[in-house]
Amino acid sequence: MSAKQPILELRNVDKSFGPIDVLHEISIKVRAGEVLCLLGDNGAGKSTLIKTLAGVHQPTRGEFLMDGQPVTFGNPKEAQERGIATVHQFGGTYPLMSVGRNFFMGSEPTKGFGPFKYFDRAKANRIAVEEVQKMGITRITDGDRLVGGLSGGERQSLAIARAVYFGARVLILDEPTAALGVKQAAHVLRIVNEAKKRGLAVIFITHQVMHAMAVGDHFAVLIRGAIAADFRKGEKTREEIADLMAGGESMAELEANIEVYQQTHDGHVPQMSA
Amino acid sequence: MTDQSSFESSPVSPVSRSFSFSSLLRSPASGAFMGFAVVFILFSIFGFGRNFLSVPGVTTWVNYASLVGIIAIPVGFLMISGELDISTGAVLPASTMTVAIVCGHYQMPIMVGIVAALSVGALIGFVNGYIVTHTQVPSFIVTLATLFAVAGLTLYLSIFFINNTNSFYNAPAFAKALLGGKFYGFNSSVFWWAGLVCVFVFFLHYSPKGSWVFALGGDQESARNAGIPVTKLKIGLFMLCSTATAFAGVLQVITFNSATSQANFGLIFNTIISVVVGGVLLTGGFGTVMGIVFGVLTLSIVTQAIGFTEIDRNLSFLIIGVMLLIAVLMNDTFRKLATSWSKPSKK
Ligand SMILES: Nc1ncnc2c1ncn2[C@@H]1O[C@H](COP(=O)(O)OP(=O)(O)OP(=O)(O)O)[C@@H](O)[C@H]1O
Ligand SMILES: [Mg+2]
Repeated sequence: MSAKQPILELRNVDKSFGPIDVLHEISIKVRAGEVLCLLGDNGAGKSTLIKTLAGVHQPTRGEFLMDGQPVTFGNPKEAQERGIATVHQFGGTYPLMSVGRNFFMGSEPTKGFGPFKYFDRAKANRIAVEEVQKMGITRITDGDRLVGGLSGGERQSLAIARAVYFGARVLILDEPTAALGVKQAAHVLRIVNEAKKRGLAVIFITHQVMHAMAVGDHFAVLIRGAIAADFRKGEKTREEIADLMAGGESMAELEANIEVYQQTHDGHVPQMSA
Repeated sequence: MTDQSSFESSPVSPVSRSFSFSSLLRSPASGAFMGFAVVFILFSIFGFGRNFLSVPGVTTWVNYASLVGIIAIPVGFLMISGELDISTGAVLPASTMTVAIVCGHYQMPIMVGIVAALSVGALIGFVNGYIVTHTQVPSFIVTLATLFAVAGLTLYLSIFFINNTNSFYNAPAFAKALLGGKFYGFNSSVFWWAGLVCVFVFFLHYSPKGSWVFALGGDQESARNAGIPVTKLKIGLFMLCSTATAFAGVLQVITFNSATSQANFGLIFNTIISVVVGGVLLTGGFGTVMGIVFGVLTLSIVTQAIGFTEIDRNLSFLIIGVMLLIAVLMNDTFRKLATSWSKPSKK
């Protein structure tokens, strides 16, 4: 298994924004037919890491390899052209545009020749509706509908459907299940497993231990921009993973704290403070 | 990755192509059209006895609309993409003076003057676009700065070259016929505008790049993540706007045989009012070319044709103010209508 060459590999990658160092010495590998789960607390640098893989950011230092060859993606288009499709944590859809145009944004199907190429609306709408329905969103039947009228989860599903459609080799999902209902989240997990079976490499970010355990083959935990743990499926228990996801603090301890608090405060849950 | 052009005939669902009243109502152009219709009917009633519907009555505001319209549509593109360009008020005189100085004073061929004027426009647009995309300064401030900078430079250079802030220029016959002639009372600019409207409609609503313009105004970060060349596209839109303004300047100087270096502040308001009355959302992401066309026509009737009616001339600004307010309120309603609309489910 590990003999296979990774599709994507980072070696000792650093990323800083001016004086702010966000990623330190990151080394990860993703292989075809494998799901890498990126775990970590808020602000750990997960989104920054996947934006680097997606061509949005360029590494400040370190090596970026695709199929063993060094690559640099100057912009997201170049990463997409190499078959890397990403669903970013926020946005990804345009409320005042139709489902069909949203789905094909940046990769529009066209008809006609030369300067008279025009957007093939019928084809775009048909494919978009088909793909979104495959995600379990059967309420969307009209590709002309504006995305602003959809629910948050439906929009998220649209963004995921789009990445699944365009992701030829690598699928990167940044908290794809955050806005989704139980059924739709299950759909996404199934799609991740399907993509894996088809031989895609998947990078999956989540804050939910159950979701991570359901699909992950390989786990990497980020704490303050560095890889704090790197292990394979079955090497750690659910509790250990949960602790790592909480940034190294013990979940059992956190839960115990809450219980003590509730006992001393008439059963009220502590207020989150900044 | 995607099959960019397919030759299979994709099945077109009859529902999505057929005419429907609700889809017409959802379009931001429909509000602009209704506004135009109301103003036109009212002016026809009050102007019946005063030649509003006569040839000079109609051509007055249509001729005016064509010059504003050539500029307003690209201004609208910028607004859809989330930006504002108010430097048009200085680009227009810069263009007219360029033609007058190059062709009038220095006797160069008209083509040289036209190319020079359009290049001046393209350059100003590039500067606008470059600064907006490479700094955090809002486009309103950037183009406000270029508005004054270009206006000042135009005055200075006019004095420097011809020692005058105004100039006259008579274009050769073929150029006059093509760019500044009259057909049944309509200036050549009207036909140029009509042609450009077709090109602009194709660009914004049919070409794949049209989607990108909306995406810029909808969510620029997502557009960048989707691989859209945000910086290039934005600079391109600023250049289109200034070049179109320069072209309007060329048409103007050849039509009226005169050029002035005074900044045209009224043009700034007129283009922006037309665009907003035309149903473009101030916040970007939504709008149509045909809406802007109706916005321009409405504004032109109210400002130019009021003399052909019994309505007091002084009321024209009041009407425009009220219209603008109604338009902004309506635009919000139209947007809500559009987002909540879904095709009636087939039983
Ligand atoms: N463009 C930027 N400029 C400066 N700092 C940034 C930038 N992008 C991210 N950061 C910083 O990098 C750190 C990591 O952010 P990132 O979004 O990668 O976290 P995350 O692990 O995805 O968190 P979450 O779980 O909340 O999504 C944060 O402290 C953030 O402020
Ligand atoms: Mg994140």
